[in-house]
Amino acid sequence: MAAAQAGLPVRLESVAGELPLPVFVGITNELEMRYPNHPSTNESQPHILGSLTGSAPHPPADRPVLRHPDTSMDKQEAWSPPRSPGISPPCSPSAYRSYPYGAQRNGTDTLLAYDGKVPGRPSVPQENSSPSHYSLKLQSEQPVITRGASVERLVERAEIDYSDEPWRITEEQREYYTNQFRSLQPDLNALIMGTVAKNFFTKSKLPIPELSHIWELSDVDKDGALTFPEFCTAFHLIVARKNGYPLPETLPATLRPGFVEPGVVTVPPSEATEPLIVFDDNMMPGANQLEMGSVDLQMTSRPGVTAKQDRREESRKPEFSPKRIPDPHEKPIQRVSTLKPDSPQELDANMKSRTRPRSYSSTSMDDAMKKVEEPPTPPPRPQKTHSRASSLDLNKLFQQSGQGSRPSQHSLSAKSGWLPPPPALPPRPPATQIFSFLPSSEKSSQKAVQQPNFADFSKFREEQESSVRGGLSTEDLVPPKSDSTLRHQGHAPQKPVRRKLHPESQSATPPSATPYSAATLTKSTQRPPPKQKREIQMAIRKNRETNAVLTRLNSELQQQLKVVHRERVTLESQLELLRPVAST
Amino acid sequence: QSLCVHLNYPLYIRSVPTQGELKFHYTVHTSLDVVEEKISGVGKALADQRELYLGLLYPTEDYKVYGYVTNSKVKFVIVVDSSNTSLRDNEIRSMFRKLHNSFTDVMCNPFYNPGDPIQSKAFDSIVSTMMVQAC
Repeated sequence: MAAAQAGLPVRLESVAGELPLPVFVGITNELEMRYPNHPSTNESQPHILGSLTGSAPHPPADRPVLRHPDTSMDKQEAWSPPRSPGISPPCSPSAYRSYPYGAQRNGTDTLLAYDGKVPGRPSVPQENSSPSHYSLKLQSEQPVITRGASVERLVERAEIDYSDEPWRITEEQREYYTNQFRSLQPDLNALIMGTVAKNFFTKSKLPIPELSHIWELSDVDKDGALTFPEFCTAFHLIVARKNGYPLPETLPATLRPGFVEPGVVTVPPSEATEPLIVFDDNMMPGANQLEMGSVDLQMTSRPGVTAKQDRREESRKPEFSPKRIPDPHEKPIQRVSTLKPDSPQELDANMKSRTRPRSYSSTSMDDAMKKVEEPPTPPPRPQKTHSRASSLDLNKLFQQSGQGSRPSQHSLSAKSGWLPPPPALPPRPPATQIFSFLPSSEKSSQKAVQQPNFADFSKFREEQESSVRGGLSTEDLVPPKSDSTLRHQGHAPQKPVRRKLHPESQSATPPSATPYSAATLTKSTQRPPPKQKREIQMAIRKNRETNAVLTRLNSELQQQLKVVHRERVTLESQLELLRPVAST
Repeated sequence: QSLCVHLNYPLYIRSVPTQGELKFHYTVHTSLDVVEEKISGVGKALADQRELYLGLLYPTEDYKVYGYVTNSKVKFVIVVDSSNTSLRDNEIRSMFRKLHNSFTDVMCNPFYNPGDPIQSKAFDSIVSTMMVQAC
């Protein structure tokens, strides 16, 4: 109560000050808000004022008690609450307070309020989580969020998540890291390339030598890329460092990738997934990764996390539809489940890639990219493949090969040339169907905003893109459809390769593929330009492979033709010989 | 005893007890010439990573210099006193292998720009451990 009271005045003030500010103002800053919320409700207020308006509601959200009066505000500022919940570790509020963090937080006014909140903390985090989810949704609306800012905020937020041990990752922190990971790499089982991680961590404004040291500590398999556990470790170390904790010389036991926090990987409640998704959306405004896809991924990533545990699932595509049905959760979760099959497969692929020696880095990107493609569109794939197969025999081949070995798709091997076309096409149609599954209308709005941005990318055939865009734009109008468009977008970035192949392979089968290709194109267009090159290259490679295969096939057929021709000539000559006899 | 990681300019130099660092630097630099000569002369054995250079320099100094070149032209040079006869060829090879592994670990770090002096603590610790073992 005391804490609440302590917080209350702060909140009221902030509320009063920020009340007029629209909830959506903070959309862009959602990330920021989220982070600041985390450190302290009180602190968030001044912080928010500085950065986002949303923060003000956040502190109130933190206080469950105070929430009542601020209910209206909370709703509006839902996003701010998510920040705090995400940040405040429910598990160790009190221990948390005892930390010197308070000292570190000196910068924020909330610090004082923070201490006051200690008693009320335990209840606060829990309540905060729900508002945070809510706010996360709102945040999703924000299409673009500066990652750099988010990173910093993240650090602030993460600070609060520290539990008793500074080197133990709390559940909230892990969620946070998961979101961040997803913003960089949609597939939780994939790796983040070194350069990507470097850019990301550089935003935390730590000195390079320290970042280098953190990397050394966290990259245990020394492959130049970060797996999800490694990423969490690295992030956690960065957060610790930002909070003033000296970097350890060796990796603490709790931060080792093999360390599994109980319940860390549990699938978050559906509501949590929603906010998380929003969160991620916000986080990745400029992310090269699929922004849209991330939304989907987030939803799925949650389930994906569980999927990791379930890893044993196999063929994603075939399981895709059946998986969806069994999913008891809402549609977003369904989509997640579909991704689940993908994630296990991708996880396997990742594992394989991970075990590879240092030469991994170059391929992991492609793998990641391909993997990214996998998760978002698992459900569509099976259907698409069917449609594809009918259009082209080769597609069947691809599908068969693709289904059999999803991971191989991701591999850069020549096989990729075969695989991409089939999977690429199928996903598209399903993606459209999946719109309905997408629950969040907020996302749709985001997507609508994002789509125009994506549309600007002209990766693939322009006409296709335009057609897709047009189609997508119409969809955007409809909230559920917008989701689908998001998916497309998400898929697009995730499957740059596919799309490329599809547009090219589609030339062979334009009619059916056109709508899909358009979707994929849009997706591809959405991809950030940096990825375009890679996608283009991959598509080129795949096309080349396809060409080679087709050429080979052609030559074989030619030979057969020659043989048959020769036989025919022989038979004719024989006939000629016999005819005179017959005539005579 | 000292160790040096070179890319035609020192990336990393570490010496154990003896304080003749400057001398070691000089020695290492001269040995670089020999290393270059060896790797340039070999046309077909390009894949030959390991190169062992033994018995260098002044007999009075009585120390040996071992060289090792990676595929990326990064040279490792180890200088040991001849008085330390316990060091065998295999040991030197294993030392170089360890060095190479640690070096690749450092390279994997995206925050490390190739060509920068190596500041990795892990690398330092590994090198120190190795040198202590050798002495």
